[in-house]
Amino acid sequence: MGLTNAYCLMTKNLKKMASKTININLKIWRQKNANSKGSMETYKLDNVSTDSSFLEMLDQLNEQLINERQEPIAFDHDCREGICGMCSLFINGEAHGPDRAVTTCQLHMRKFKDGETIFVEPFRAKAFPVIKDLVVDRSSFDRIQQAGGFVSVNTSGRTMDANAIPIPKHDADKAFEAAACIGCGACVASCVNASAMLFVAAKVSQYALLPQGKVEARDRVLNMVRTMDEEGFGNCTNTGACAVECPKEISLENIARMNREYLKGMLSAE
Amino acid sequence: MSILDSKIPEGHISQKWTDYKDHLKLVAPNNRPKIDVIVVGTGLAGSSAAASLGEMGYNVKAFCFQDSPRRAHSIAAQGGINAAKNYQNDGDSVFRLFYDTIKGGDYRAREANVHRLAEVSGNIIDQCVAQGVPFAREYGGLLDNRSFGGTQVQRTFYAAGQTGQQLLLGAYSALSRQIGLGRVKMYNRHEMLDIVKVDGKARGIIARNLVTGEIERHSAHAVIIASGGYGNVYFLSTNAMGSNVTAAWKIHKQGALFANPCYVQIHPTCIPVHGTNQSKLTLMSESLRNSGRIWVPKKKEDAEAIRAGKLKPTQIAEEDRDYYLERRYPAFGNLVPRDVASRAAKERCDAGYGIEANDTNEGVYLDFSSEIKSKGKQAAYAAGNHNASEEEIIALGKKWVESKYGNLFQMYEKITDENPYETPMKIYPAVHYTMGGVWVDYNLQSTIPGCFVAGEANFSDHGANRLGASALMQGLADGYFVLPYTVSDYLANEIRTGAIPTNTAEFDAAEQRVKDQINKFLNNNGTKSVDFFHKKLGLIMWNKVGMGRNEQGLKEAIEEIGALKAEFHNNVFVPGSADELNPELEKAIRVADFIELGHLMAIDALQRKESCGGHFREEYQDAEGETLRDDENFKFAGAWEYKGDDINQEVLHKEELKYEFIKIAARNYK
Repeated sequence: MGLTNAYCLMTKNLKKMASKTININLKIWRQKNANSKGSMETYKLDNVSTDSSFLEMLDQLNEQLINERQEPIAFDHDCREGICGMCSLFINGEAHGPDRAVTTCQLHMRKFKDGETIFVEPFRAKAFPVIKDLVVDRSSFDRIQQAGGFVSVNTSGRTMDANAIPIPKHDADKAFEAAACIGCGACVASCVNASAMLFVAAKVSQYALLPQGKVEARDRVLNMVRTMDEEGFGNCTNTGACAVECPKEISLENIARMNREYLKGMLSAE
Repeated sequence: MSILDSKIPEGHISQKWTDYKDHLKLVAPNNRPKIDVIVVGTGLAGSSAAASLGEMGYNVKAFCFQDSPRRAHSIAAQGGINAAKNYQNDGDSVFRLFYDTIKGGDYRAREANVHRLAEVSGNIIDQCVAQGVPFAREYGGLLDNRSFGGTQVQRTFYAAGQTGQQLLLGAYSALSRQIGLGRVKMYNRHEMLDIVKVDGKARGIIARNLVTGEIERHSAHAVIIASGGYGNVYFLSTNAMGSNVTAAWKIHKQGALFANPCYVQIHPTCIPVHGTNQSKLTLMSESLRNSGRIWVPKKKEDAEAIRAGKLKPTQIAEEDRDYYLERRYPAFGNLVPRDVASRAAKERCDAGYGIEANDTNEGVYLDFSSEIKSKGKQAAYAAGNHNASEEEIIALGKKWVESKYGNLFQMYEKITDENPYETPMKIYPAVHYTMGGVWVDYNLQSTIPGCFVAGEANFSDHGANRLGASALMQGLADGYFVLPYTVSDYLANEIRTGAIPTNTAEFDAAEQRVKDQINKFLNNNGTKSVDFFHKKLGLIMWNKVGMGRNEQGLKEAIEEIGALKAEFHNNVFVPGSADELNPELEKAIRVADFIELGHLMAIDALQRKESCGGHFREEYQDAEGETLRDDENFKFAGAWEYKGDDINQEVLHKEELKYEFIKIAARNYK
């Protein structure tokens, strides 16, 4: 029994009202490993359901490649519901593609036209070296976090009652909006300078807005910004592209807040 | 009795953990740096355990297959985390949380473990707030709560529909701090492929560096497995694409018993399947049942007209809607536990009232229009507008809904292209969580000494059905507040052991097992992709070991999975090589384990001749279609012992469950 038959059984007539299908052309970045030179390769894929997500379309292409005994395309992905931050992809010149406020896994093929040629590249930045094909190394983000993206509280469960310090709802909500960052790196990929300011600012802001984070605020911002620079991210020139492409709509206001925090930190530095 | 010693301490339930903790052995601070601990998985349980053990001073090595520990699938938990804080003054207490969890699990969980979970639940919230986790707050600045299924109090703390994300990022921040301090060494993009035992004790793991393909040996004095659940055995589930059972299954093959594999949670509110290339299913949080009402049309002809596209749900009059959960379970209404809600949806759809246009009619409505009106009216009133127009009320109501569930509504719209503020959501049950897992004792130690299992990967706290907002609670309870004590007690005997060498015969043998499997796959030269087999397995599991099970179906499943296993090993094609990033190879190794686990799930479901929680045997139901437990014969946790390649040979060991502090009763939400 062929693959299509087996799976048709599983989803037998699951969607009669379904969806139309489109045929597309793909130009996809292929690169064997970090040390080799990559290039754009061309693929043709037919019968793509417009209800499929972009990654499901790539699954379909990979299935086709495997059946043709070709090497499938490596791409990062995991939760496929827009929250883990693992998927990336620069699609038609935009991080996470043409839709707004979504990750690539939430981008659906209904956003593309029949016969369209779609360009797919990895997130590009000096601090995000390519590992293979569309997979990049974003561990620089982890190292920035390790430099200060935390409150220094050990596990005890006996700090104080969670309601001991009321926090104004406005501040809590703002802190949450900043903390919603998924660390995908779209901000870096979208920035002409490959700056990580939006990512770092979101973390700095979350803690700067909460009483728990204020104690270490100065060291945090200084250490995180220093590490950001050491990792090879560029400077911020306020183009705002990062916030436009951010799948979680993290606001530029956070960068302004981080700049204030940084200035305060510099002035009070020992 | 058997090899199962649950090690439940003596004493009154409310004092067991306190007394026990006071008498556990300790490791002095100067000895801790001489001791290595491995943590596999960096979700809530793994991250919190690694961070806490690092803080204590142990040498910790943590592993995750994702590119960062922050990606683990705990991140996707939406609705909330339970804690018996009683901030809402609605009669909550540690005992009530304990009782609700035992009852929610249909009296198939261990009393002592569940009570401990309820006891530490409040500490979790304190700890998270201290870490800067931005929970939702009320205007007075205090923490907000909401309700979840199977409870009659408001004890769920949340951060919009992203509670798991915020809690995991909290644990990740604690872990990052320890990595920065050099107390935890983090191995991203590494997958554990086997455990190493020396003299019967867990002494290390074999891991594959997923970027270079290198097979690495890592030794330790204790190994903690926190690798999550096995819902992806069904191919389609709400789990992440990479979620897998491999770490848990590998330790099972090396002697850890695997308990209650047939207990699977099918979540009632997920977005229905869209088509043949679907890769996963997306959950719509249970918290939505606080505000949404579930219904199907009362008249079959209306359901047919909807499926034919001739009628819209908004055109169905109030009196022609069947709010079947409110009708059948008036005491809990839309907030019945997940297993009950899922079966009720299946019952209506099987009877022909489903609204999705496919031949199983698999879909029901989750409707927010009543809530939009009522909250809109409240908001208008609060703003001093006592004569608000219908439009003003609806606008305010939508705003309120957006503030509570905005990200979920956005997610729904992106996937379905329908606006849930205007038309009810279409939902259907999907595989979500697995209550079964590696058998552990009260210390969370498996039957391999020195190998501990935490979070969803173990079987211990949720019985046959988990209540909403309890997975996050368990993950963090295990990692922050249980393992640091029980692992230390075990390690107290290891202070003289010294570093464990990796150049031994035991490491050689484990590494060879891994390399043999990889070489076999890469040289197999079959004709079908890994996904082809995974989808086939998923189909068998969903149809025969899914929401409704029966003897004949289970026997067929066992035969079919056995045949699939042979076909898979003969005919799978894995492209690429061993010494590079090779996602197909990763999948092949995982699917090999899923096939064996699926087989065991069917065997377990067949032996459990009763219905309880998520395990619904069609032969055992009452006249109203509710589950019929058999406490006389099945009041036990069923733990399976691996006996070699033929899964049919696995041996069942029974841990009798004793209910000393809760009166066991029929589970009633009416």
